[in-house]
Formats: sequence, C-alpha cells, structure tokens
Amino acid sequence: MIMAKVNPRQILEGSRAIALTIKNIAPAVVSAYPITPQTHIVEDLAKMKADGEAEFEYIRAESEFAAASIILGASATGSRVYSATSSQGLLLMAEVIYNISGLRLPIVMTTANRAISSPINIWNDHSDIMSVRDAGWIQFFAANHQEAVNAHILAYKLAEKLKLPVMINVDGFILTHSYEPVIIPATDKIKKFLPDYTPENGTYLNSENPVTLGAFFTPAHYMETRETLFDDLEKSLTTIKKEYRLFQKIFKDESKPRESTSKQIFFDDGLVEYCGPAKAKTVLVALGSLNGTILDAIKEYQDTGLLKIKVYRPFPSDSVNKFLSRGENIAILEKAVNFGQAGPLYSDIKTNLNASESKNLNIRDYIVGLGGRDVTKKMIAKIIKDAERRGAAVKFIGHD
Amino acid sequence: MKNKKINLITAPLTAASNKTGTWRTEKPLTDSAACIGCSLCAKICPEGCIEMNARSENDNKLKPETDYDYCKGCGLCAHECPVKAIKMAKDY
Repeated sequence: MIMAKVNPRQILEGSRAIALTIKNIAPAVVSAYPITPQTHIVEDLAKMKADGEAEFEYIRAESEFAAASIILGASATGSRVYSATSSQGLLLMAEVIYNISGLRLPIVMTTANRAISSPINIWNDHSDIMSVRDAGWIQFFAANHQEAVNAHILAYKLAEKLKLPVMINVDGFILTHSYEPVIIPATDKIKKFLPDYTPENGTYLNSENPVTLGAFFTPAHYMETRETLFDDLEKSLTTIKKEYRLFQKIFKDESKPRESTSKQIFFDDGLVEYCGPAKAKTVLVALGSLNGTILDAIKEYQDTGLLKIKVYRPFPSDSVNKFLSRGENIAILEKAVNFGQAGPLYSDIKTNLNASESKNLNIRDYIVGLGGRDVTKKMIAKIIKDAERRGAAVKFIGHD
Repeated sequence: MKNKKINLITAPLTAASNKTGTWRTEKPLTDSAACIGCSLCAKICPEGCIEMNARSENDNKLKPETDYDYCKGCGLCAHECPVKAIKMAKDY
C-alpha cells in the first residue's frame, strides 16, 4: 500500500497556532485576562480546557495584574505556567513583570503587541513592550507564525534551564489574526527538546520542605541580586545560541534555514538573521513582522541587506555589530518611539557600537507603523533612498 | 567585601537575621522603678519587640524588655505608658 505523504503544514490563524503549541507544551496553569489582540489565544486555550482537550488549570482573573500574579504564584509552587496579554494589559502587569524576574521564575508569556493609550488604539505597534523591555526578561520577537511557534518551545527550554522569564512578542493582528501555513510540533516531539518541568527540591514553595521566596533584602544584599540578574541575562546569549542549534536539529521542517547563494548570504544564529549581499550599501534593521515586508521590498535592491533582530533582550550586540559593519548606511525601522529621546532600537544600536564602527557607519532612525499604520513597500523604498543622506536623524515615515 | 553569591531562596524565619534596629533615630529608655508592669507597651509595640520578663530570680514581677536589634524607635510605647516610665532619647 502506498501511503500518501502528509504535509505537516496547516493553514492556521496565528493565535490558533500559538494556542495549539501551548497545549502541546502542556503547562499546568494558564491564567489570563482577555484584551485585543491577544484574545483569540486565551479564548482558544479556555475552550480547549472546557472541551476536555487540555489538562491545565485555567484560572480566570479579574485583571491583568491578577492574571500575572496568579501565574507568579503558580510558578513559585514549581509548576509550568502560561499567560498572554497586550498593550494596557502589559502596562497593568508591569509591577508583577519585575517581581517575576526578581524571583527568577521560569515564566513564559506572549505579548500580542499593540499601541498604548491615549488616544486609544487597538492596532499594532511595539510601544507596549518597550515599557518593560529592560525588566529582566528575555525578549523574543517573531516575524511569522512559524517563528512564533518555535519561539514558544525554545522559550520554555531557556526559562526552565536559566531560571529567567521569557516573553514572546508577536505583532497584534498582523500575526495574531492572519492565516499562514505552519507546523505545530506534536507533544512527543516537543518532549525530545523540552523535558517535563521538574524543579529541584528546595527551590519552590512546598509544605513538605518550606522555603521563603521573595524575602526582604536590605542594602547589604539587594544590589548583588541586581548584578546577578544583569550578568545572567547577558550570559544567556550563549545558551540561546546553543539551544537554538539543538532546536534546529530536532525540528528540521519547522526551522529550515534559507540557503546562501553567490549573490546573497543568509545567516541565522538564533539571535539575529542577516539576508543580503556580503558588502551592502544599506542595511535595514527591524523587529518582528516588519521583516517580512522589508524582505519582499528589498528584492529590487541588490545592494541592500536586512538584519532581523530575533532576540531583543539581552541585546545581541556582537551579532548585530558583525552585520551592521557590512553596510555603509544603516536604516533602523521601528514601531515605537521613546518620547524625548529617539526610537528604542536606535538607542540600543548606538549604545553598543564601538568607536570605529560609530565613526564609519551612517545610522538613521525611521519610526513607522505606529497604531497600526500600514508600512508599504513604497515607504521602504523612500527610507532606502533617505538612508543615503548623511547625519543622525529620527524621522516619522507615515506616508508613501 | 564583594559578596556576589546571593541565594534568593531562603529558609523560613531567616528574615530575623536582618537587624532593623539601625533605622532608629530615637531610643526608648524604660525606668523599671517607675514602671507598674501593666504590659501596655508590649501589647501595642507594632514591631512586637517588647517582651515582659522577670528582672531577676528574686524579683518575679514582669517588666518590659526592649529588643534594640529590631526596635525602630517609633515612640508608641513612650506615648502610651500610663505612668510615663518610658522616655525617648536621641540615638544617632
């Protein structure tokens, strides 16, 4: 009998793909408060539980502050947990976000990125995450559905191994509400990479072996907790790269790398991806789904490369600098702005360049797509042209 | 001294090792002779750091004893003492 080869890809909504992945990762506790555009993820999870398809406890919360606190508490008892939020919800969680990293709890959360008020706007940009980007979490940005699925599996492995929380940023609507072909790895396959979570005895709340988490730290000790978190986050870059390579070995179809050609090199170390000529006139840099649009737009420009930043915190300076130095002009495209400063990614890149790189590179900052404004190929063409102008600049590009 | 190895997870009750009495700027001083042993100070101390103890084997009348490792000098004991046996003195 000839067996038909089954295509493992399904056409799924981004939120559905994330929910199915979480179901297969099998957290013990899920708690969330619905907010657009995260809603479909947690509605799907709640339905799976109601229909008897999932084993986790689904705890309904009265706010995002409560949802984050519930997963904090559940994680402190040694359970694998999950939550998701967006925009105002993430801002309301802010206090708990810091508590989670301070307690070194291996929590994984999805942020469906959305603009913040006021004026109220439910559409996509990165303003929400930029408010807590330095809170001591590893920050992933996904550019498409498959990257989002893969990042969640990788996130639990890293979180539980390093005792660091991980946030996966997915662009609201652009990823959460769109349909793409995507592979959802089965539970058995996930287990080959991500074993069941079994924290060491004495590291979680347990009435058989009581411990104190979140104890009072006086000036004699508090500072060292900050220094340790700073160092551990920095060191996690090596582990992320290592685990990403292992992930690629186990999940071959899910993470098939693009091949380099004679004209274009393709590089992916799990932290950044570079696609473009070995020596570029202009290198564009971006986070999240914007990369898909840029990649399509630069097909018409043989001298232009794209640097996609996949891990934003800790900031992968070495990988970023290696590819920035392949260009003369650097155009940073970002969906957030720090009022009174510049775009956050622009500030990060400027901070991490050494003196000679700073001198040789012409770096310009382009704020795009705020509050769901479309970023068109024409806008990208306009940016590529403008990037040749000399001198530092922060420009809002909202029209073709 | 640089002490980088900090354990975030501690055994129960170890917060007692943080001596918080250094936050004090005023110190309650109790005149045992004037004290009538009513124990009001021990009952209202918000830090729970006043204990009623016998002063010696020969004198079994209970008198207050302040634990200066944790007393923060709030002065409630001095304020509430019905016979004004507790005085606050500068402690810096």
